[in-house]
Amino acid sequence: MAEKLSMDTIQDIAILAKLELSEEEAKKAKQEMQKMLDYVEKLNELDTGSVEPMSHIFSVSNVFREDVVTGTDMRDAILSSAPHQKDGQYEVPKTIGEA
Amino acid sequence: MGKQYETVIGLEVHIELSTKTKIFCGCATTFGKGANTQICPVCAGMPGALPVLNRQVVRYALAMGLALNCHVNQLCKFDRKNYFYPDNPQNYQISQLYLPICQDGYLEIPAGAGTKKVRIHELHMEEDAGKLIHDEWADCSLADFNRSGVPLIEIVSEPDMRSADEVIAYLEQLRKIAQYLGISDCRLQEGSMRADVNLSVREVGSSVFGTRTEMKNLNSFKAIMHAIEGERERQIELLEEGKAIIQETRRWDDNKESSRSMRSKEDAKDYRYFPDPDLPPVHIPDAWITELREKQPEFAEHRASRYQAEFGLSESDARQITEYKNLADIFEKTVKLSGNARKTANWLTGETFRLAREKGIALESVSIIPKDFLTFLGEVENGNLNNQAAKKVFEAMLLEGCEPLAYMQEHQLKTVRDTGLLEKTVQDVLAQNPKAVEEFSQGKEKVFGFLVGNVMRQMRGKAAPDEVGKMLREKLAELAK
Amino acid sequence: MTERKQSALSLGEKIRRQEIRVKEAVDAAYQKISESEPQIHAFLTLTEEYAYRRAEEVQKGIQEGRYTGPLAGVPIAVKDNICTAGIRTTCASKMLGDFVPPYSATAFSLLEEAGAILVGKTNMDEFAMGSTTETSAFGVTRNPHNPEHVPGGSSGGSCAAVAAGETFLAVGSDTGGSIRQPSSYCGVTGLKPTYGTVSRSGLIAYASSLDQIGPIGTNIADCAAMLEILAKQDAADSTSMDRSDLVGITQAAARADESLKGFRVGIPQEYLSSQIQPQVRDAVEAAAKALAERGAEVEIFSLSMTDYVIPTYYLIACAEASSNLERFDGVKYGYRAAAYKGLHEMYKKSRSEGFGEEVKRRIMLGTFVLSSGYYDAYYLKALRAKALLKKEFDEAFAKYDILIGPAAPTTAPKIGTSLQDPILMYLSDIYTVAVNLAGLPGLSMPWGKDENGLPVGIQLIGDCFQERKLFRAAACLEEDRPSAKNTVSEKSACDGIGR
Repeated sequence: MAEKLSMDTIQDIAILAKLELSEEEAKKAKQEMQKMLDYVEKLNELDTGSVEPMSHIFSVSNVFREDVVTGTDMRDAILSSAPHQKDGQYEVPKTIGEA
Repeated sequence: MGKQYETVIGLEVHIELSTKTKIFCGCATTFGKGANTQICPVCAGMPGALPVLNRQVVRYALAMGLALNCHVNQLCKFDRKNYFYPDNPQNYQISQLYLPICQDGYLEIPAGAGTKKVRIHELHMEEDAGKLIHDEWADCSLADFNRSGVPLIEIVSEPDMRSADEVIAYLEQLRKIAQYLGISDCRLQEGSMRADVNLSVREVGSSVFGTRTEMKNLNSFKAIMHAIEGERERQIELLEEGKAIIQETRRWDDNKESSRSMRSKEDAKDYRYFPDPDLPPVHIPDAWITELREKQPEFAEHRASRYQAEFGLSESDARQITEYKNLADIFEKTVKLSGNARKTANWLTGETFRLAREKGIALESVSIIPKDFLTFLGEVENGNLNNQAAKKVFEAMLLEGCEPLAYMQEHQLKTVRDTGLLEKTVQDVLAQNPKAVEEFSQGKEKVFGFLVGNVMRQMRGKAAPDEVGKMLREKLAELAK
Repeated sequence: MTERKQSALSLGEKIRRQEIRVKEAVDAAYQKISESEPQIHAFLTLTEEYAYRRAEEVQKGIQEGRYTGPLAGVPIAVKDNICTAGIRTTCASKMLGDFVPPYSATAFSLLEEAGAILVGKTNMDEFAMGSTTETSAFGVTRNPHNPEHVPGGSSGGSCAAVAAGETFLAVGSDTGGSIRQPSSYCGVTGLKPTYGTVSRSGLIAYASSLDQIGPIGTNIADCAAMLEILAKQDAADSTSMDRSDLVGITQAAARADESLKGFRVGIPQEYLSSQIQPQVRDAVEAAAKALAERGAEVEIFSLSMTDYVIPTYYLIACAEASSNLERFDGVKYGYRAAAYKGLHEMYKKSRSEGFGEEVKRRIMLGTFVLSSGYYDAYYLKALRAKALLKKEFDEAFAKYDILIGPAAPTTAPKIGTSLQDPILMYLSDIYTVAVNLAGLPGLSMPWGKDENGLPVGIQLIGDCFQERKLFRAAACLEEDRPSAKNTVSEKSACDGIGR
C-alpha cells in the first residue's frame, strides 16, 4: 500500500517547497498526491534489488573547464532583472532574525 | 560533588580554494571587488544557466585529501543540497553527499608532549554562497553574489577532539597544510577558512555520545574558543537541571559572545539531496594521484626539523618560521643567497612577528624579496646600519617592499664612517660632560651608556655604536692617564 | 525526390539565390501571423523590430557571402523557454512574465549565426509542464486543424505556428514528448534528438536529465537542416556531446532510399494496445507496411517496461523540477508578490502567486519524493526502473535499427477536457516518455487524418546517436504516406512570393 499522506505532511512539504496553500488547496493537493502515489506504487511490481540507480544516461565523465577567467562584469545586465535592487545588490526582506 | 564532564567536538571546516575562477563558471574570485561585479548567469542563478566544473578545483581537493591520508573515491559525483536562502542564488548548493572525492583520512595534531590523531570522515567539494549585508536603516538585507560559486572544500572530522586547544591545534594544522600545498590562503578574517563546531558533552567515563549541537558563524580563533566554552557550559547546565539538549544549529554572535538557536518552522532542515543531473560524474585518473603524491611539498613539521639539523636553528625559531609557508620560503631563499641562517632567522622571528602584531598584518601575507633581504643583512653585517636604522629599513622592506639601499639613501640612514667627525664629537661630548667623565674614572660603568647615547644623538643616530664605544673608551683612557 | 515547394529549405534557397529578399520572407511570415494569430494564438511575443533589423543584416551578409547556410534569412519561431538575449522569455508563466534574459541560449545563438530570423516566441505549457498548452498563463493555443482542439504540448505554440504556416520551422523542447506529441496533434514533423545533442545552456530547465531541444517543421529535410545547425558540442553544457557525425545530415535526409533491404524495424506490441484510437493504430501499421514494402524486416516484439514508464518519468521529472524551479523566488528576476511580511512569506507568496496549478502540483510531488524518508522508496526506485528500461531498449536495438509506434494514443483532444484528471493526462504520454528516460532520439511525423480531420502521427525511435537511421526511414515514409500534401495548411508564408 502506498504511503498515506497526512495534512501535516502536505504542510511540511509546502514549507520545503516555499508554497503557500490554503486549507482547501492543501486538501486538494493531498488528494491528488495520494492518487499519484497510489499510482506510482506500480513500480513495486519491479524487482530492482540488484539494479544500480541510473542518474546519468551516458557514462560520460570529466567534463572540465580550465581555470581561466572568462567572466566580464555583467552586473548591470544581470541586476536589471531584479524586482528590487539597491546599491548594486539584490534587495531582500531582512534575513537577520529570520535565520 | 559535581559530576565531571568531557567535551566531545567534531569540526566541519570550509576552506576556500585559491583558484583564479569559480568552481562552475569563469568568473574571477578576487576578494574585495565591488558588489556583484564578478557574476555571470551561472553564479547568479539565471534561468537556463548550467555549471561546468573547474579542473583545478578537483586537483586542489585531491591534493588536500592525499595530505590528509584519505581514501580517494576515484568515481565521485556532485549532488544538489536544496534550501531557500537569499545568499544562494539557485536555492540549492552544488555539493557532494553520496560520493565525496575523499573519505576516511586522519590528521596528526600536536597534543601535550606528543601528537594525537584526529580522524577525517570526509573531504568534499562544493560552491560557496554569496554574502548578505544587513541594511539597518531600510530594514532589509542586500545580496552580493561575488562569492557565490567560489570553490570550497569541506573537511569533516570525526568527533575526536576534547578541548578548545585541540580544536585550535587541528585548525592550525589544516591551515598550514593548505598553505604549503598552495591551495588556499586560509585567512579566517576574510572568511577563506571557516569552521562549524559540533559539540556534545558527556560524563567522564561514559561510552555514549551526548546530543550534539552545531555552531555556525565562527570567524576567529577567539570566537571558536569562546563558543566552545560557552556551549559546553550551556549544555552542562541543561544536563544538571535535568533538561534535554536539543539537536539543533546555533548561530554564534561575536558581539554578544553567545549563541542562539536557529530553529524555526520555516527552517525545517530537509536538504533533499539528489545527484545533480547537470554535472556528469568525475573520474580521478590514477596519474593525478601519482603525480600529486610525488609533487607533495615538504610540510611544516618536516621543514622545521630540517632547519634545526641543516641550519642549526633552535626548535622554537624553526617552528615559528615554518608556521607560515611564505616565511619559511623567504627564510630558505635568503639563506641560500646569504648563507647566514641565524641572522636571517632572527629578523624573521623577531621583527617580523613584532611588526605583524603591532601593525595588524596577517603573517601569511608578509613578503620580502630574498635579494633585498640579502642586501639588508649585508648592510647590517658590515656596519652600515646600526640597530635603530636597521629596524627602520626592515620595516620599510616588509611593509612597503622598499629596496634597502634606496631607502637608506633616501632617508640618510647609512652609518657615518668619518672617524674625524666621530673623534671630534666624542671630544665635544666629553668636554661637555666633565661630571660624567669624573664618575666614570671613579668606576661608575653606568655613565658609559649615557655618554654613548649623547654621541649617538649628536651624530643623529648615524654612527656605528661599536665604533662610538671604541672611540669613547680610547678617549676616556687617554683622559685617565 | 519529393517536391518541396513549401519548405524552409526551398525558401532558404530562393533567398540565397536572391530571388526573394529576407525582408519579403519576414513580411510574409508576419502577414500570415496577423491572419492566423487571432484564432490560433501560437505566439506570446512577436519580435518585429528585432526581425527586421536582423533581416537587413542577414540580407547584407548573404550578399557579402558571410551567410551561406541553408536557413540564412529563413523566419523561425522559438519556444518561450529558450533564452533570447534582450527578448522577453516567459516560460508561459506569470513568474517570468516580464523576464528579459541577459544572455542567449546556445541553441538560439547557433540559429542566429546561421542567419535564421526569429519572428516570435511561442506559447507553451507553463515551464513545459503539460500536454496541451492549456497550462500557459497567457491563454491557450488552438489547433490550426480544428480550433476546438488543443495543439498538444508543451511545445504547442511552436507546432501550431508551423501547422498554420506562420513559419516553416520552429524550435521546441522535449522532456517527455513535448515536441513529438504536439507535432503529432498538429500534423507536423518534430524531432527530439539524442540527449546531449543540442546544448541545454539557456534552455530554462524543467527536468535536466530529460530536457532536449529539437526542430519542428513541415518535413524531414527541414528538420534535418535545423538539427545540423543545432547539434554542436557546447562548453557551457557539461552534458553536451560531440555530434560531428551529423554533419551532412541535411542532404542525407532529403533523399529517400529506394530500398530498405536489411533495415530492421521493431514494433513494441505494447504500442499497439487496444486503448489506442483505431486510426492511430492503423497509421502505425500502415507505416510499418510501407517500410516492409521497401524491403525492411518488420517484427513485433515486447517492450515490457512500457507499463512502468509513466510512474518512472513523473517521479524523476517532478523531483528534478522541484529543484530546478527553486531559483524562482522573487529575488533575482521575475515575479515578486506585492505584499509580504518577512523573507519566508515573500518566498511563499511570490511562488504561490507566480506559479500555476500544474507547476505547483509537480513541485509538491517532486519535493515529497526527494524528502527524507521517501527518497529511496520513490526517487531511487525510479532511477532503478530507468536503468531497467535502458537495458530493455539496449536489447531491442541489438535486434532492430529503429522502433515504430504512435506518438500519442489519440489525436488532439478538445480544449478543456484534459486538465480535470492529471493522471489521465499523464497517461497520454505513455509512448513518448520512455524515449526521454533512455536518452534516445524520437521523431514524430504525420500519417493522414482521422474522421474529424485531425492529424494522426506516428513515431520513429532510434538508438542513441542513430538519428541517421531515423531520417533514413522517415524520408521513405514521407514519400509513401497518404495525402502527403494536405498536412500543411494550404496557404502559408511562402505563398505569393517568388512563385
